[in-house]
Amino acid sequence: MYHGRRVDNYVDNSPRGRSGTPNRRLFFVHPRCSMLHKVHELHDVLERQRVMLSFKGPLSPDLVTALLAVAERKLVLIESDQRTRKRVFNVLVECLQNLYHHNVRPQQGTEEGRPSDGPTGVVMIACLDDGYQVLTGNFMAGADVDRLKDLLDRINALPPDALRDFYRQRLADGTYTKSGGGGLGMIDMARKSGAKLEYGFVPYDKDSAFFSLNVNVTT
Amino acid sequence: MASLFLEGTPKTPLVKFDPETGLLELKGRSIPENSIDFYKPLTDWLDKYARAPRPRTVLHVQLEYFNTSSSKCILDLFKKLEGVRATGNEVSVHWHYEVDDEDMLEAGEDYAGIINIPFKLIQIEEGERGKS
Repeated sequence: MYHGRRVDNYVDNSPRGRSGTPNRRLFFVHPRCSMLHKVHELHDVLERQRVMLSFKGPLSPDLVTALLAVAERKLVLIESDQRTRKRVFNVLVECLQNLYHHNVRPQQGTEEGRPSDGPTGVVMIACLDDGYQVLTGNFMAGADVDRLKDLLDRINALPPDALRDFYRQRLADGTYTKSGGGGLGMIDMARKSGAKLEYGFVPYDKDSAFFSLNVNVTT
Repeated sequence: MASLFLEGTPKTPLVKFDPETGLLELKGRSIPENSIDFYKPLTDWLDKYARAPRPRTVLHVQLEYFNTSSSKCILDLFKKLEGVRATGNEVSVHWHYEVDDEDMLEAGEDYAGIINIPFKLIQIEEGERGKS
């Protein structure tokens, strides 16, 4: 994850920087062009975290298709186990679906858009030694936070068999949520992940909160 | 009545519903953002078909991926077929899954446990992968 830092706090954490050898590239950066440092820093962060895909911004159905295509192509190259590949892809599909549907812009808007603009969010897939993590973040209605948190806690408390029963029960009840989903996405991701869903909520303004989700898929 | 044919896309499955033979096919990927919009014509078609179905109807489902919003819609298709069966017709679902795809097998079992239609879980042999 990239947290912007001011250039005067710039620390070169790249292997060359740590070894004590001055990183010559720094000398070509004009002091006022702090964003140039950040490009390098961002590259290093993405490299160290083994990020295979990251995106932040407004989402359209076409963009979702494109992101899925990129992820699928990369997964074919780096993951030989088909089952893992499919699980990561499935989790990504659900995450992007959530970003697309469960999305509320804060009242005053964000840097990139007004509240009336389409869904926006951040998504990232990183490789781990024993699998992958699919991270997403989006703004949501503050009023929905408790309900979502309860659902996530309930899912995390269930062993695999009970999780499957919960899924079947929700599938069978035949109702749709207002976004057209079945309220099944989180349960499905927990089943595909085999690990607990990690989440966080950050209050943003009186009507909205930022929701972060990490789904680990272990090989 | 007319048959229903839709080409597959990166997010939606190929659909081939033939009222003459009673053979229905759903194949590929079902991961659209708005599954209800995609499946509406399919359930509408089945409503019409249910008025004058073939004595024997088989729905072949061979999906590589489907999202959870599609899963509700797929269940709706099965429910329409339950209706066809309830009027004394023979109906079955053939759920095809790839050899190593335990998740897709489990998904088939989940449906089989919910709907009241003979459900056949069929493993796709290696050589048949990607064949249409």
